[in-house]
This record gives sequence, C-alpha cells and structure tokens, in this order.
Amino acid sequence: MAEPATVSAREERILGIIETARGKRPKFRDERITMAHGAGGKATQSLIEGLFLPALGDGALAELADAGAISIDGVELAMTTDCYVVRPLRFPGGSIGDLAVNGTVNDLAVSGARPLALSLSLVLEEGLAADELRSEVEAISAAAKAAGVEVITGDTKVVERGHADGMYVCTTGVGRRDRRARLSPAGIRPGDRILLSGSIGEHGMAIMLARGEFDLDASIESDTASLWPAVDVLLDAGGEGVHCLRDATRGGVASVLNELARASSVAMLVREGAIPVQPAVAGAAEILGIDPMYVANEGKLVAFVAADRADEVLEALRGAPGCEQASEIGEVRTEPPGMVLVETSFGGRRVMDQLVGDPLPRIC
Amino acid sequence: MKFVDEFRDASLGRAVAAEILSLVEPGRHYKVMEVCGGHTHSIYKYGVDDLLPANVELVHGPGCPVCVIPMGRVDDGIAIARQPGVIFTCFGDMMRVPGSEGSLLEAKAAGADVRMVYSPLDALRIAKQNPDREVVFFAIGFETTAPSTALTLKRAKAEGVANFSCICSHVTIVPPLRALLESPDLRLDGFIGPGHVATVVGARPFEFIPADYGKPLVVAGFEPLDILQSIVMILRQLAEGRREVENQYARVVPYDGNLRALEVLGEVFELRPHFEWRGLGFISHSGLRLSEAYAELDAELRFEVPGVRVADPKACQCGEVLKGVIKPWECKVFGTACTPERPIGTCMVSSEGACAAYYNFGRFAREREVV
Repeated sequence: MAEPATVSAREERILGIIETARGKRPKFRDERITMAHGAGGKATQSLIEGLFLPALGDGALAELADAGAISIDGVELAMTTDCYVVRPLRFPGGSIGDLAVNGTVNDLAVSGARPLALSLSLVLEEGLAADELRSEVEAISAAAKAAGVEVITGDTKVVERGHADGMYVCTTGVGRRDRRARLSPAGIRPGDRILLSGSIGEHGMAIMLARGEFDLDASIESDTASLWPAVDVLLDAGGEGVHCLRDATRGGVASVLNELARASSVAMLVREGAIPVQPAVAGAAEILGIDPMYVANEGKLVAFVAADRADEVLEALRGAPGCEQASEIGEVRTEPPGMVLVETSFGGRRVMDQLVGDPLPRIC
Repeated sequence: MKFVDEFRDASLGRAVAAEILSLVEPGRHYKVMEVCGGHTHSIYKYGVDDLLPANVELVHGPGCPVCVIPMGRVDDGIAIARQPGVIFTCFGDMMRVPGSEGSLLEAKAAGADVRMVYSPLDALRIAKQNPDREVVFFAIGFETTAPSTALTLKRAKAEGVANFSCICSHVTIVPPLRALLESPDLRLDGFIGPGHVATVVGARPFEFIPADYGKPLVVAGFEPLDILQSIVMILRQLAEGRREVENQYARVVPYDGNLRALEVLGEVFELRPHFEWRGLGFISHSGLRLSEAYAELDAELRFEVPGVRVADPKACQCGEVLKGVIKPWECKVFGTACTPERPIGTCMVSSEGACAAYYNFGRFAREREVV
C-alpha cells in the first residue's frame, strides 16, 4: 500500500486524464455504421461531432441546434430537416405521415420559430400499396393543416423492392423566429426550473409493441402532435424567462437533459417521482427492462424556465392542448457540471447517464 | 403498479435505512458483495447505495452473466453468426459484449443475421418458421436462465427441429463464489445472495459460505426494500456473531430450490471440466455444456468454431476489483486501454460494473465512496 497522500494524488491524476478525454470532441473510429449510430446516444454523438462537424461545422451548424438560424434582410428564419424511417408505417396513435410533419414542425417550434412551410420528399418501395400511400398523404395533409404549415415543394423516388421498408419520408421545414423567443442552450442558468410538457415514453413504447416482437398487449398510443401551441403558450407566459426548449424525441428525456447539461456545463437534478408516466407505459417498460426516461416521445418538450417565473409558466402550459399533465421535474445546478442526477422515487440519488447505443433489453 | 409498489415505498426505505445506521459499529468499515447483476441493477436504478451510511460499501459481484462471457466465446458466436444461411439469436444485452474483433452488434452491421430474442423459445419459433435456415441460440446465464434453455432443447428434440442448435455458455454460481472466497486477500464481510438463481437451486448450496469461510449470506429479492432488508439481516448476523444462510426472499425461494427444474438441468446439461470467465480466468466445473443425449443440438459440434482462447490482457485486474482489493482507478489499464467504449474486463463491460460506473461518474462516484 502506498502512502495515502500519494494514492489520492494518483487518483486525482487519473480522474483528470479521464475528464480531459471526456471533454474532448469524440472521435469517430468505428469501421462500420451500426444501429447504435442512429440511436441518439454516445455513438450518434461521435458520428456527428467526429465526422460531420469537422467537415461542415464552422458556421451555424456548429451550434447543433434543433434548427439552424439564418437571417435575410433582417428577417430571422429557422430551418430544419429530418428523415423518417419507421416500421410499421402505421401504429396506434399515428403513422409515418404524422411524424414527418410533427417532427419537423416541433424542431422549429422548440427553436422558437413559428412553422411556415415544409418540403416533402418520398422514397417509395416498389410494390407499396397505393392505398397505403394515399392514406399517408392524407395523414400528412391533416397534420400540416393542424400545425398550420403548408407543403410548398416535394420530390418522389421509387426504389426496388426490399429497399425502403415501404416508404421513407424526408421533410424540411422553414419557420420565422418569434420575437418573444430568446432560446438557446447557453441561456440555461443554475437555478432554472425544468418543466416537462406531459407524460413520457408513449411513442417509443407504442412502436415497440406495434412491431409485435414482444407478445405484449397494451393500449399505448403514440403522442405525435405539433408542439407549436405549447411553445406559443410558453413564450406568452414566460417571455424571456423561458431560457431553452427541447423536444424529447429519440433517446427520450434522459438524452435531452444530458445533451443540454453538457452543452451548458451545468448539472441537472431530476425528481423521478415528478415525472408523469402512464401506467401502461410504466408496466410495459418494467416488463421489458427499459427505463421510460430513455424512450422516444413525439409530442413532448422540456423547458428551462427562470425560477421566479416557473410557477406561472407551468400553470399556463397546463392549459395548452395535450399538456394537462405538465409538471416541474427538477432544477438546474452548478455541480457536477455536465451531469444529470436523479432523485429516485425510492429516495436514493444516482447519475442518469447518456445511452451508449440502442436501449437493449437486459437479461441480468 | 400494484404488487410491486409496496416494495418501493420511500418512507419504508428510510425506516430500514435508519435501522441499518443503528446496526453499524462506528469506525468499522463493512464491505458487502451483491453477487447478482440483477441486484446491481436495482441498486443503481433506485439509488439504494445512496441510502446507506458511508461505512457500508456495496461491492458488485461476478453475477452479470453477460459480462463474464470471455472474448474467445464471443468470437466463436460471431464465427457461427457469419456463416451463410445462419440466423443467430441472443439476448439483447449480449449483443454489445466485445470479442477480440468486435461485438455481435458489429457483426450484424457487417451483414450477419443476428436477432435479439427474449426467450430461447422465441429462437425455436424462428427455427420452425425458417426451416431452410440454421438457427443458433447463444445460451448464456446462470441457473436462472438455464432451465428455459433446457426446456427449449427438450422441445426441439421432441419435435425434431433439425435446424435448431445452441452454443451453451451457461455458468453456475457456486464455483466463482468459491474462487473469490479462496483468495487470501479477500476483503468482504458478507454476501447478498442471488435471489433468482436461488429460485432454481435453493438457498442450501450457499451453506458452504458461512460453514467454510465464516461469512453470512442472505438470499435477497430484487426490489429496493428487499435489498435494504437483506443488508439489515447481514449486519445483524455480524453484530450477533452469527454466520449463516438466511432467506429474505422466502416469498419466492424455497430453501431446497425447484427440484423439477434441477432435474431437467441434470438431463440436458453436464458440467464442463473448466470454463473461462472474463476477468477471472478459468474456474473448474463452472460452466455447462449439452449432455451426450443432446449433442446433436450442440452448435459447437455442428459448426466449425475457432475455439481459440483470447487472453484477457495481463494488466486487467477485474479479479482484484471484484474481491475489493483494489479500486477501479488502481488497475493498470483503467481509463487507458480499458474504457466503456472499448472495455476489456467484466467490470467495464457492464454499464453498472464498478469500473464503468467509476469511469462515467468520476468525482461524483468518488464522493459517494467511503474513506
């Protein structure tokens, strides 16, 4: 045994090395793309920060925001794009057409931009039933109408059988930045309250069950919906007191909080008991060994709000459609920076880490 | 959820935590090993260790069946998965465990047909649905999962499913525990016994721990209150000078186990002379293979497998970390050659392993440690 002082010095040095390594931009060293690179966790991050950013990211992209900002003659616009690949195409609560509109609209909305227009690109698989396509086009039309956006351009490609799971959809959205909005990860301050717009895990769980791999029956519907009405209410009630918004899609609420804690060098403390989860989602998650905090949502956002405005903003948010269960789930702190801690319902505290890859069900 | 919420009650948790505090001798440091990976997961999920006094430390044991599979066996699995016409099936968390040249997840990305299943019966169903393909199941786990593999093999044999086979990497819990206890530098005061394994083998096989090594063992359930209560029972034994096997999980675990399941295990499997554990090396009679009567379903006989032992790097000190002899950061490869992205030993493979947790949570993990 070494002398205690030396031991702690060595430990300190090793911790320092690890912290430096973790602080560095992750390298992309994998030989092939695996499903983990699409799961929104550490592997995705290494792909984006290790491959895309070095090549493309010296301008607005470097911020890695949900939507990029562009200013034209004093008019502030936001632009975002997304591809939608989902199997099955239709699932309880929605379909790929709903997602393609709402997902893109939501990336604009949480950037503080009122969605204006969409482009629509379709990659169709040879043999797709015309009725399926027709019903998706109708879904897109209805969702666009509900979200108040217009599809103003589009493109169609057909690929050979076996190549596109029926159909892939890509949409690009343009929105106008709202004057009330002062939103950015850099705006998050220690002391801010964290609000969540409703119950979590419904979309991801609905998809998992709809795939029929689990022999589980539960009535869980995707929460796909436009978030602009909720953002509108938030900006009205909170104004500049609303510091940052994110929609908690792939990787769930846990991934969003981790990304933002890292981006803003703050800590977050979340109270597990305050997070609304529908009983059916909680039950399915329990059986599958998956934490709902990491399951995707398609109509939920996380808001960081100045402490003195949090109560009134929450009250107002609960009045927005689909946000009746909105809740204050935690707060921003200074220590330890870059980390998200959870106070479990059982009363213990732990780190809620970023996912490494897809949430894989566990045996042990 | 009804039926489990009672076992997750925060106010009861605080009461039991207070009882633990009243049982510890001031100035004495307690190290208690939870043997089973399922316990580690619950402890992590509910933050159970956060409710313990600073001088009661939980040490994560060798009971994560995924993490203990050595590189050579992962390589064997990948070699089979890569053969044309094979559908390779395994449990979800096995897919990320690294072999010497990548994981099953990476083999899948490179074109192998690797599928996640929830039960070996799902693998058998896939075999029946794809009679022109060879379907292989990567069987892993302790005595907990071995019976379901055994029943699946019995059914495959009875139904004559000729395109189904199984790589058996099932392990048994007692030999690695004995190996740990044999170590002269072990620093453990007691054990939280593996509740799920005990539903099959019972509590009796653990009697050697108090009898031969003078340490208490309490078979425990997996809810946070179960775990806290088992710690109370261990501390009480220590305080009263008793050393015995107790069963906290009596609502599920019969003391003599599940005789029917044991009978099926005996029919389908036999002990291997040796089995290699990641980070712990070879342990005699610690692994299972298919018995003579089931040899036709043994994928290791049906396919060419490299069967090469890939040595853990010599510097890997998982054994010492598990025994509580060293802290993760004292290992020579910790944080350099061995990281969560490219893990070497079992303690880094599992996200809840001692090394992975220490790597990820750094200073925060240390603050929680005791001095």
